[in-house]
Amino acid sequence: MVDKLPPKERTKIPRQVMPEQEACQRAHNFDEVNLGLTEAIAQRESQRCLTCADPKCTHGCPVGVQIREVVDLVREGEYLSAAAKLREDNVLPAVTGRVCPQENQCEGACVLARRFNSLAIGHIERFVADYERQTGQVGLPERAPLTGKKVAIVGSGPAGLSCAGDLSLKGHEVTVFEALHEIGGVLIYGIPEFRLPKEIVRQEVENMRAMGIDFQTNVVIGKTVTIDELFNEEGYDAVFIATGAGLPKFMNIPGEQLAGVYSANEFLTRVNLMKAYDPDQYDSPIYDCRGRNVAIVGGGNTAMDSVRSALRLGAKNAYIIYRRSEEEMPARGEEVHHAKDEGVQFMNLHNPLEFVGNEEGNLSGVKLVKMELGEADESGRRRPVPIEGSEFVMPIDMAVVAIGTGANPLVQSTTPDMATNKWGYIVADEETLRTNKRGVFAGGDIVSGAATVILAMGAGRVAARSMHEFLETGQW
Amino acid sequence: MGRLAGSVGILHIGRVPFTACVTVSGNERQQQAWYLRQLSGRQHESCLHERPPVHRIRCFQLTCRRPIRPAYGVALHTTPAMFPIKESRFLSGDVKLFRVEAPRIARKRQAGQFVIVRIHEHGERIPLTIADSDVEEGTITIIVQGVGKTTRLLNQLEAGDSILDVVGPLGEPSEIKKFGTVVVIGGGVGTAIAYPTAVAMKQAGNHVITIVGARNQSLLILEDEVRATSDELYLMTDDGSCGEHGFVTQKLQALIDQGRTIDHVLAIGPIPMMRAVAEVTRPHQIPTIVSLNPIMVDGTGMCGGCRVYVGKECKFACVDGPEFDAHQVDFTNLIQRNKMYRDREQESLEAFEVDPTDDLEEAHHCHMEQKFPEVGPRTV
Repeated sequence: MVDKLPPKERTKIPRQVMPEQEACQRAHNFDEVNLGLTEAIAQRESQRCLTCADPKCTHGCPVGVQIREVVDLVREGEYLSAAAKLREDNVLPAVTGRVCPQENQCEGACVLARRFNSLAIGHIERFVADYERQTGQVGLPERAPLTGKKVAIVGSGPAGLSCAGDLSLKGHEVTVFEALHEIGGVLIYGIPEFRLPKEIVRQEVENMRAMGIDFQTNVVIGKTVTIDELFNEEGYDAVFIATGAGLPKFMNIPGEQLAGVYSANEFLTRVNLMKAYDPDQYDSPIYDCRGRNVAIVGGGNTAMDSVRSALRLGAKNAYIIYRRSEEEMPARGEEVHHAKDEGVQFMNLHNPLEFVGNEEGNLSGVKLVKMELGEADESGRRRPVPIEGSEFVMPIDMAVVAIGTGANPLVQSTTPDMATNKWGYIVADEETLRTNKRGVFAGGDIVSGAATVILAMGAGRVAARSMHEFLETGQW
Repeated sequence: MGRLAGSVGILHIGRVPFTACVTVSGNERQQQAWYLRQLSGRQHESCLHERPPVHRIRCFQLTCRRPIRPAYGVALHTTPAMFPIKESRFLSGDVKLFRVEAPRIARKRQAGQFVIVRIHEHGERIPLTIADSDVEEGTITIIVQGVGKTTRLLNQLEAGDSILDVVGPLGEPSEIKKFGTVVVIGGGVGTAIAYPTAVAMKQAGNHVITIVGARNQSLLILEDEVRATSDELYLMTDDGSCGEHGFVTQKLQALIDQGRTIDHVLAIGPIPMMRAVAEVTRPHQIPTIVSLNPIMVDGTGMCGGCRVYVGKECKFACVDGPEFDAHQVDFTNLIQRNKMYRDREQESLEAFEVDPTDDLEEAHHCHMEQKFPEVGPRTV
């Protein structure tokens, strides 16, 4: 038990830094980069919280975690209670503590951020969740009496899981359908082991199983079972579609068909889901990057994950090719920083025009053009313009295209009476997440387009609230 | 001391049958005795089944004297999805037919569609065409040619074993309608893929001519089934050991030269064969469909690993295909892309053939676990 310090004293404590693996070492393994706070550091960090009367941090959190209460419990050393408090609003605390862009959310809203460094909320969240997991005493919230209503969740990514968690607590019988063989969506196939160990996702899923949620893998809704069949033949009362934005975009430039050109989705799926980085143990092959030159096209988190994975697979040179400057990069600052430390080479203001291949159809190079920033476009970002005559060919052996994803049409194409927009995303009411089809809700990336884990979880919670209302009243 | 498989069940309460699954190699009696001592139980019933190749896997049912309580926090319900094999038999030297229990897929499947299969926790995902299905029994039929590690491993499984993951039906179904005269061409194991479409074509009222090709007689598969569904059947072998001597394209050319009206051609088999068929029909502008076999990972359109180029356009074979207009397909690119992992595939296969033990252990799912589902597999 530690006494609260006066506010002045609290602001004098510097923001605590999370220990991490040395760059030279971590660039060659898939172990987690950030090592987590020790109890002492977590204690010290929690002292910094000003315990605001109206905590802005909670408003900044898309799922509304009661951050002040959690931090209070940490300061008092009540870690398990803190974890239980966290779980009231967040079904995946160990995950979000690792992958949320906190600087734009809770930490961005923290009052301390105005004059000092913000409270390291993400680190504390992660500490609490890890502590709980390591003790094995998971404080699962109480479940309401069973209502007898059946709900189907399509997709087991962050949106699906958070919706499933909330609905299950409200007493509904929840089944989550997943097309792949493992639960977790992007948490399993997208985010690499060195940022989010898969064992943590598996444990969180086990916790949800213990809450009574049924998970069914290998079911492709739209193919194995359609939405209509879920209602008519399998007797579900409501359906939440959270299939995400998993359709890879290609650049449609010459040479993209060459062997050695991957979509980021394929590259990361092979590495993360199929564990191709461990060829002695796992059967799925991946391009042998050892001693090769690898280029990743794009500047988002997916590009950072891909490039850092390529380095760990043994690439001699790993490049990021991005058409704007570093300032415009959508990737988290922390990830860009980590990538640089590990030796990733950034080629900003370069745009690929063509992939070049040899006579066997294998990739051998990429033709790039240098760019400069022109006038600001309607999004407020300065538009990159090619510099004439600056084309050159850079030799590379493998490329990953990480320029974004679109809506996978599998569910929509077999549910023709559900409205979609011109990009194929499902149209859902902003507040209730209802689609135009009775009983069907949709949320996460399949509505908003590719966004973050925590925004998808926020959408899952909104959907759960509105589905609960529909299930109780039957009104549409 | 030999190797023991990791599959040991955990019980909740009381004196309930206890399952164990052991790989036995070397001195069996010694192994058994040691294993039983480890469990401090006594043998109740032994040797439910035994398999001949390379080494042996045995299942024992034991009665445990002291119930083992699960430790707090140990997950007990990680039972993976399982698809039991109901029937398995070799059709030819390395081609095996499996009937697999998968009721949802059986109900939805249409001719031309496929499944993705993963055999064990460390396995890869591979695509296999659904050759047949039985809605009543809830089974689908797949036919597998042992060409690499995963397919050879799969071909070592038998009725009673299970496949860990089967997902489907995937891909677009074949376009089935009354065309008139349809020529269905199957090369090698491609016959198994062409067969369901031939059946559907026949049912739609077409005159079905089937040309089946193989290197030699021993590699011909499904002859009786194909004969039953075809109006005319031509068997072609490269060495003339059965049917006529020559390639399937020679027969197709002969039919065209005879002036037979052909309204639609479906060709499924090795890529060089499909390409050759496309070249035979191109000058006569006979609509020709091929079923492509690029490398796949997920099979649901999320990765683009299976992209093929059809009429200069990029298509994902898993969602837009696998059947495409043969006259538009870039076969050269398909061949090049399919070679991408050749070295690695070769290494895997060689390593597997030297020591298949670990993989067989992983792939073998104990009968007893199915018999006593309350005992979750691999929980310790």
